[in-house]
Amino acid sequence: MALTGVLRAGFVQLRVLDMKEALTHYVDRIGLELVDQGRDGRVYLRGYDEFDRHSVILREADAPGMDAMGFKVARKDDLKTYAARIKDYGLKVGKVAAGEQPGVGKRICFVIPSGHRIELYAEMERAKNGPLIENPDMWREDPRGMRALRFDHCLLYGPNIPEVSKFFTKVLDFALAETVETPDGQIAAFLTCNNKAHDVAFVMHKDPAKFHHASFLLDSWHDVGHAADLIARYNISRDIGPTRHGITRGQTIYFFDPSGNRNEVFAGGYVYYPDSPVRTWTADQLGKGIFYYEKELNERFLGVVT
Amino acid sequence: MSADQRDGFPGPPMFEIVIAGHGLRCPAEGRVLLEMERQGKKFLPVGCRGGGCGICRVEVLRGRYRTLKMSRLHVSVEEQRRGFALACRLVPESDLELRPARRQAH
Repeated sequence: MALTGVLRAGFVQLRVLDMKEALTHYVDRIGLELVDQGRDGRVYLRGYDEFDRHSVILREADAPGMDAMGFKVARKDDLKTYAARIKDYGLKVGKVAAGEQPGVGKRICFVIPSGHRIELYAEMERAKNGPLIENPDMWREDPRGMRALRFDHCLLYGPNIPEVSKFFTKVLDFALAETVETPDGQIAAFLTCNNKAHDVAFVMHKDPAKFHHASFLLDSWHDVGHAADLIARYNISRDIGPTRHGITRGQTIYFFDPSGNRNEVFAGGYVYYPDSPVRTWTADQLGKGIFYYEKELNERFLGVVT
Repeated sequence: MSADQRDGFPGPPMFEIVIAGHGLRCPAEGRVLLEMERQGKKFLPVGCRGGGCGICRVEVLRGRYRTLKMSRLHVSVEEQRRGFALACRLVPESDLELRPARRQAH
């Protein structure tokens, strides 16, 4: 298998103001599976088409936002290799003991120049009711709500985007799939570690450690429309869409969870290969890059974060 | 049906909300920001509508109200005591006078 090192965006831990409201949103509306509630009150969720035990962790807190984003690496040895490379780059590397999240092996953690906490781990238990693997049906039980297959990526807001882009490409072996360049420099980076158009993206913002959205994959453009119907029917706070991004080509709709954290459900997007050239958007065409149909910048989408 | 049309019919009491000189009718149990949007008015910026992003932060200058849970990053306990709130989580219990108070350090 050619894919080595960091495999994919594996989990995101989000803070919510009210766990009961959050579970209605993430389980009944988006359609994630409820895996487990930990002794410390954190709740673990996963998309129905994910093999690993969990991918979304919710923690009740007095301010919403993101605690950390975790990436899975291929082998245990990779944790040592990356820990050394991250230290060489000049960031402090911490350790999280195995079992701190149920079913997850030891993790390494570090804070990147945008202020976000990033973690790497090699081991997570398989889901008890994960996707079928022998003569596999499409799913075990009818998918619910928006029928999200998996947690896919996050967009994070913070300062020092060129440095973050360099860190992910030089130290974590990601590729810069797409970039936004202005006369003053790079203001956004869309980074992948596999065939997806992005596993994580960053946009320049003066406050550090801000969360823009967590995104979940749907099967089709029709499913994006179905998600829009659910958003209307259940008075979910809609941000924008259904529409399409020029950047990554995703067909998308954005909305907020009951605590104000933004979510995306999307379909499509191109296949990235390691020999793909970087796609570049310039400031004068950024409206089209972000919302391909509307072609205009949207103050809420650009400025509202948790 | 707009909030105004409910006047004179059985239903929740209506309160007069004044935001920086603009008027808005809001039913008891309504949330100020959502009523503003429903009536097509734009006195305050609309963000997440869930008490998280802080864009619709206001200061209540006059009146009685209650608030639903709001991000402490945007309204601390002390600020809440002094009358600051997020309009998306603000439920009137009388006529209110509000001032937009979005944090500058956003």
